[in-house]
Amino acid sequence: MLRYITFRLLGAIPTMLLIITAAFFLMRVAPGGPFASERALPPEIEARILAHYKLDLPLWRQYFDYLSHILVGDFGPSFRVRDFTVFELLKTGFPVSLKLGVLALIVAAIFGMGAGIAAALRQNTRLDYLVMSSAMTGIAIPNFVMAPLLTLVLGVYLSWLPVGGWNDGAIRNMILPITALALPKIAYIARLTRGSMVETLRADYVRTARAKGLRARLVVLRHALKGALLPVVSYLGPAAAAIITGSVVIESIFDLPGIGRYFIQGALNRDYTLVMGAVIVYAGLIISLNLLVDIAYGFLDPKVKYDR
Amino acid sequence: MTDLPLPLETEITPLGRSLWQDARRRLFKNRAAVASLIILGIILFLAIFAPLLSPHPYDEIYWDRIQAPPDFANAHWFGTDGNGRDLFIRTLYGARVSLAVGILATLVSLLIGVTYGAVSGYFGGKVDSLMMRFVDVMYAMPFMFFVILLMVLFGRNIYLIFAALGAVEWLTMARIVRGQTLSVKRREFIEAARAGGVRTYGIIFRHIVPNILGPVIVYATLTIPQVILTESFISFLGLGVQEPLTSWGVLISEGARVMEESPWMLVFPAIFLATTLFCFNFIGDGLRDALDPKDR
Repeated sequence: MLRYITFRLLGAIPTMLLIITAAFFLMRVAPGGPFASERALPPEIEARILAHYKLDLPLWRQYFDYLSHILVGDFGPSFRVRDFTVFELLKTGFPVSLKLGVLALIVAAIFGMGAGIAAALRQNTRLDYLVMSSAMTGIAIPNFVMAPLLTLVLGVYLSWLPVGGWNDGAIRNMILPITALALPKIAYIARLTRGSMVETLRADYVRTARAKGLRARLVVLRHALKGALLPVVSYLGPAAAAIITGSVVIESIFDLPGIGRYFIQGALNRDYTLVMGAVIVYAGLIISLNLLVDIAYGFLDPKVKYDR
Repeated sequence: MTDLPLPLETEITPLGRSLWQDARRRLFKNRAAVASLIILGIILFLAIFAPLLSPHPYDEIYWDRIQAPPDFANAHWFGTDGNGRDLFIRTLYGARVSLAVGILATLVSLLIGVTYGAVSGYFGGKVDSLMMRFVDVMYAMPFMFFVILLMVLFGRNIYLIFAALGAVEWLTMARIVRGQTLSVKRREFIEAARAGGVRTYGIIFRHIVPNILGPVIVYATLTIPQVILTESFISFLGLGVQEPLTSWGVLISEGARVMEESPWMLVFPAIFLATTLFCFNFIGDGLRDALDPKDR
């Protein structure tokens, strides 16, 4: 197990390096720079600013400088947010984005699987049709449409919930963003669960369990569930990536102080170090969530062996 | 191979139903898919003939009717937007952009994905594992962030959107095509083609690709809504197509900002977007059921 995790973490290094390299050079190839403004600075001053941030060095030097700093966890100073290091900025945003992402993923998994199992057990009944048609609606309505609609109904017309803001992570403030983020995934997971549950219920080992007189509830809980959830769990990895990406939009809609706005703002301002920092944190988040999902998969599927 | 043997393609009219006739019959039995096809056809018609359907040009500003609710006297069926432009015609122009992006980017992803997957699967061995390892690494990239970066850094260029989205979406296509190629390439007709002296290029594109079209079409149909969604997502962030041109994502984002005073600006484009995504998903599901030999 430990070996597997070490192996996976080592495997993440080239991916991370590729991401850092691609983001670094993409930013630098683009026109404009952090200190390019409409009013041209006197050349001496501009040269001094560039020298201060070491932007006058050749690109490859900057690249390797950046890499060596990243290795020791130094994200560098922000180019545009004065007197702040990128680390300080990201530190304030990270808990917000993490909380949002993880909670949305958990909500999506629980509700999606629950609805899917219920639909599969009552196959071709009204409940089944209801779950499946709402799932189709959930898939077709993207989160950035869902979010304003939810806000309009629950926040504005009924004023049950606040329409935005973080309020130090109060539950009331988190309900709408998490719902908007989780709903499309709930829908997809429900469809996936139903499909695989229906298939599993027809499997021989489930029939055997029934034949030996096990009660229906035990057949489902002890035998069918484990097998049926496998494809669902393997989908949670991509789902995590989608939720993290979606959080960029959700954060801007609900005005939440996560890393999303640093990413967008940084890119618009050509704040190289800030964007790099945000990309690295996002990539790290996605990679670690994927790893967690894969470990969970091992507990469910006895065929997966982590050693070797 | 100096002397070419007899041409392999000979005209034989097959008896009975072909796979495609079978599939078409099954697809037309699927009511949800047929309804989706019809609705999508209507949206496509509206998008293509947009300029003829409304008395208003899409970029004309009516200073006296800014953010006006739906009003039939002036033929503003969906109302007007924050700049006093007719929302009905703008929604249809948004449809043009969204559908065009969806279809073109999917074509780009088809082109790359099918070629890549078929080559990888056909050659097998070291080439295959190298090419697929590359796809694995690419899968781990948080692509959305790169698309956003691209848009921000290089300006909102509609052709860049096509290319960027197509370049992102080809990965799954490549995997599907590779898997299918592996299962087809050992079949006798490929052997026969090779014995007949068809060159590698010809075998891949004339003999393998046509035989794996089923899953490819299904996946392409499901890629289109994916791309439309991604484009709207980018436009929603304000990084998509540029004014005065518009897309559903732009309209929704403008509508979301003023939804308390003028809900129509959010509701109409949102309905169009959701309906289109709905239809493509249903058609994709229907096609899968129609083409999947497992469920026959």
